[in-house]
Formats: sequence, C-alpha cells, structure tokens
Amino acid sequence: MTLTKAELADLLFEKVGLNKREAKDMVEAFFEEIRNTLEQGDSVKLSGFGNFQLRDKPQRPGRNPKTGEEIPITARRVVTFHASQKLKGEVELYYNGTKL
Amino acid sequence: MTKSDLVARLAERFPQLVAKDADFAVKMILDAMSEALVKGDRIEIRGFGSFSLNYRPPRVGRNPKSGDKVDVPEKWVPHFKAGKELRERVDSALQAV
Repeated sequence: MTLTKAELADLLFEKVGLNKREAKDMVEAFFEEIRNTLEQGDSVKLSGFGNFQLRDKPQRPGRNPKTGEEIPITARRVVTFHASQKLKGEVELYYNGTKL
Repeated sequence: MTKSDLVARLAERFPQLVAKDADFAVKMILDAMSEALVKGDRIEIRGFGSFSLNYRPPRVGRNPKSGDKVDVPEKWVPHFKAGKELRERVDSALQAV
C-alpha cells in the first residue's frame, strides 16, 4: 500500500467534513506551503513528525559513470528530512512487532 | 515555518472554513503520514517527494562514556527523497543568487 494525495483528500472529506473540492485543494495547499517555504530558504518544523531542512552543497568533482569523463558536480541546495524522535520511536516499535 | 504557521497560512487560503478545520486537517494529514510509515507503507506525493523506511543492519556500537561494546539491534528508519519539482524549486533559489 502507498499513501498518496488522493487518500489524504479522502480522509479530509470523511473525517474533517470538507467537501471533495476543498479536501483536494487543502492537501495540495499543505504541500505547496511547505514547498514555498523551502524555496524561500526557510526550514519547516512539524512537531511530532519531523523537520525539513536545507543544505548548501559546494561544487565537487564527479565522473560520468559511462565514459569515466570527469565532470564537476555544481554547487546546489538540497532538502533533507529529519524524522522526529516520536516518529522514529514509533517506527522502531513497529518493527519490534509491538504494533500500535 | 512551524506547524502553527502552516495552519495559519492554510486558514488564510481557505477563508470559507473555520480556523479549527485547517488545524484539524494538518493534524489528520500528519497523523496519516506517520501511521503509513509505522505500518511500513510508502508515501508518494507527486511533485513533493516520497517517504519510506530504510533498513539499518545490527552493529556493534560503543558507549561513548565507558568505551564498552554494545550490541545495537537492526532497525528501520524513516527516509525522505525530494521529488523533482521540490528539488528544482529549492535549487533554483540558490542558482538565482
């Protein structure tokens, strides 16, 4: 099973009582607000779930794996996610078979 | 941006809803995402990214204080991979500087 935007929208329709249109738009807006914030260079902290942070990576030497040719990997900004202690703990607990 | 900032921004986007609905919606989305990972399910959000569990094999660690060996059992940890749109938008902000 994979959780997608469609299932999240269904959940908001059933549990929060938004209409179908609002539920779909709300899920879209939820992820868009996070993207916007990260795009502007700010981190996102969702307590109990985890933090999205930005890392600026300097240029480093790379190679074309096919040709072996050396090509620099340009400096870039990337998003990293750090799960909260709560989420990590719950996942570990699940693996031990003591499903919540 | 914190969870409450996110709730406030969503409430602004949906003026027809009561503020409590945005609060509840954020809670429901995050709970559903946590529950999916706890069950070992993947999460795939097109244009944002995917979450899944990564395996960490058992290893022998050290107690940093005493130096004693400790067996660290295998475990699964949450992992996020940014999607194409998120990767490009975040990086374009840097490239534009």
